[in-house]
Amino acid sequence: MTALRALLRPHRIVMIALFAVLVVWCAVTLRWDWIPRYAPLALEGLWRTVWLLVITVVLGFLLAIPLGLAQAIGPWYLSIPARSFCTVIRGTPLLLQIWLIYYGLGSLFPEYPWIRESELWPYLRQAWPYAIFALTMSYAGYEGEVMRGAFASVPRGQLEAAEAFGMSRFTKFRRIWLPQAIQTALPTLGGETILQLKATPLVATIAIVEMYAVASRVRQDTFIVYEPLLLLALFYLAIAGVLALIFRKLEERVPVRR
Amino acid sequence: MQEVIELLSLSPPGWGGNLLRGLMHSLQIALGAFGFGLVIGLAGACGKLYGGPITRDLLAVYTTVVRAVPELVLILILYYVGSDLINKASEAMGYGRVQISGVAAGIWVLGIVQGAYATEILRGAIKAIPVGQIEAARAFGMPPLMMLRRVMIPAMMSFAIPGLANLWLIATKDTALLAVVGFNELTQETRQAASSTRAYFTFFLAAGALYLIVTLLSARFFARLEAWARKGQPSLRTVKV
Repeated sequence: MTALRALLRPHRIVMIALFAVLVVWCAVTLRWDWIPRYAPLALEGLWRTVWLLVITVVLGFLLAIPLGLAQAIGPWYLSIPARSFCTVIRGTPLLLQIWLIYYGLGSLFPEYPWIRESELWPYLRQAWPYAIFALTMSYAGYEGEVMRGAFASVPRGQLEAAEAFGMSRFTKFRRIWLPQAIQTALPTLGGETILQLKATPLVATIAIVEMYAVASRVRQDTFIVYEPLLLLALFYLAIAGVLALIFRKLEERVPVRR
Repeated sequence: MQEVIELLSLSPPGWGGNLLRGLMHSLQIALGAFGFGLVIGLAGACGKLYGGPITRDLLAVYTTVVRAVPELVLILILYYVGSDLINKASEAMGYGRVQISGVAAGIWVLGIVQGAYATEILRGAIKAIPVGQIEAARAFGMPPLMMLRRVMIPAMMSFAIPGLANLWLIATKDTALLAVVGFNELTQETRQAASSTRAYFTFFLAAGALYLIVTLLSARFFARLEAWARKGQPSLRTVKV
C-alpha cells in the first residue's frame, strides 16, 4: 500500500505519464517489424544467457569457498596462491581473460595429439567450454575475496560453542561456519551476481550466440541500430530485477537483529 | 625465450611499442572517464541530497538503469547516440559528417557509466559528514559552491576514497570493452598483435601483466592518498564498536 501511495505523488504521476507517452512513441515510430523473424533466435539467446549465468555462478561460488577459506585460515602455501589468484583475476579485464583462454588455450590444445584423440576433443573445439571456464574463474576470483571477509567475520564464540558441543571440524564447518559466512556475504553476493550478469555479453566476442549476440546480428543484418539495443537493455533490466528479488528473499529467510 | 623477447621488443619487428601505445590510450581514456564521472557524480550526489523531488527521481532512474544494464550494451547505445547527435549538429550547421576521435568517444561513454557509480559513492560520503560542519558553514553565510569547495569536499575525502579507488580500477578495466567498438586501446592492440603472429599466450599474458602493474600501482597510490586524507582522524581499526 505504501509503495502504491509513494507512486501516486503528483510529480510521479506526471513522470509516469510522460514515460508512457515515450513508450507509445517508441512503439509507433520505431521499427519493430524484425521481431517476428528473430524471436526464436532471441529466446534461444535469452535462455543461453540465463543458463550461462546460473552455471558459472554456481561453479564459481563452489570454487570461492576453498579460495576464501585458504585466505582466511590456510597455511602460507595455500593462502599465498589463493591471494595471488584473486589479485590477478581482479586486476585484469575479463575480456582479456576470455580471449587469453579462448585463443591461447584454443591454439595450444591442437598441438598435443593425445588431446586431439581424447573423448573431450569434440567439446574442446567449441567455444562454450572456454566461456564457462573464463566466467567461472572470474566469479571465483571476486567471490574468493568476499568469502575471505565473510569467513573472518563469523563471531569466534559461535565456533567455540560448536567445539564445546563436540562437533568434528567438518560438521562445525558445514553447520555453523559456512551458513553464517554465506548469510553475511549475501548482500555482496547479490550485487556481484548482477555484475556477473553484466559480464555475460562479453562471451559474444568468442562466437557464442547469447542475447547480446542476437542483438548484434539484427544490427548487422538489417542496419536497425537502436531498437534491438533498447530491447536488449530492457531484458537485462528485467533479469537484474529478478536477481535482486531472489537475493532479497534469500536474505529475508534469516531475521537480522539490528 | 629468445622468440618472446623478439616479439615483445619495442622496435617494429616486435610489437612491444604497439602494446605500450595501447596502454597509453587506455590510461588516457580511463583518466578522462574517471574525471568526467567524478564531475557527474558530484553534481548527481548534490542533486540526490539537496535537489527537488523531480531531480531526485530522475537521478534515481539514471543510477538504477546504468548500474543494471551491461557496460557493453551501454557503450554501444551511447556510442551510436553520441555520434548521431554530433553528426546531426554538424550537418545542421553546414559542415559534413565528422570523424569522432576514439579517445573522446571513449571518455564520453565510460564517463556516463562511471558517473552513476560515482553518484552513489559521493552521496554516501557526503551523508557521512557530521551535519554540524555543514550547518556551521551555512551559519557563516558561505555560498553553496564555496561550501562545497571548502567544507564538503575536504570533509568527505576520507569516506569517498576507498569507493573511488575501486571505481578507478573499474575504469581501467572497462577501457578493454572499447575493443569491441574497434578502438585501439591495449586489449585491441594485443589482439591484433596476437592474431598476426599467432603467439596468443605471449601477448595476452604481456597485456595482463601491464594491466596488473597499473592495478597494483594505483592500489598503492590510493592507499597513500587515503592515509593522507585520514590524517588526524582516529584509525578505523582501533575504534571499538
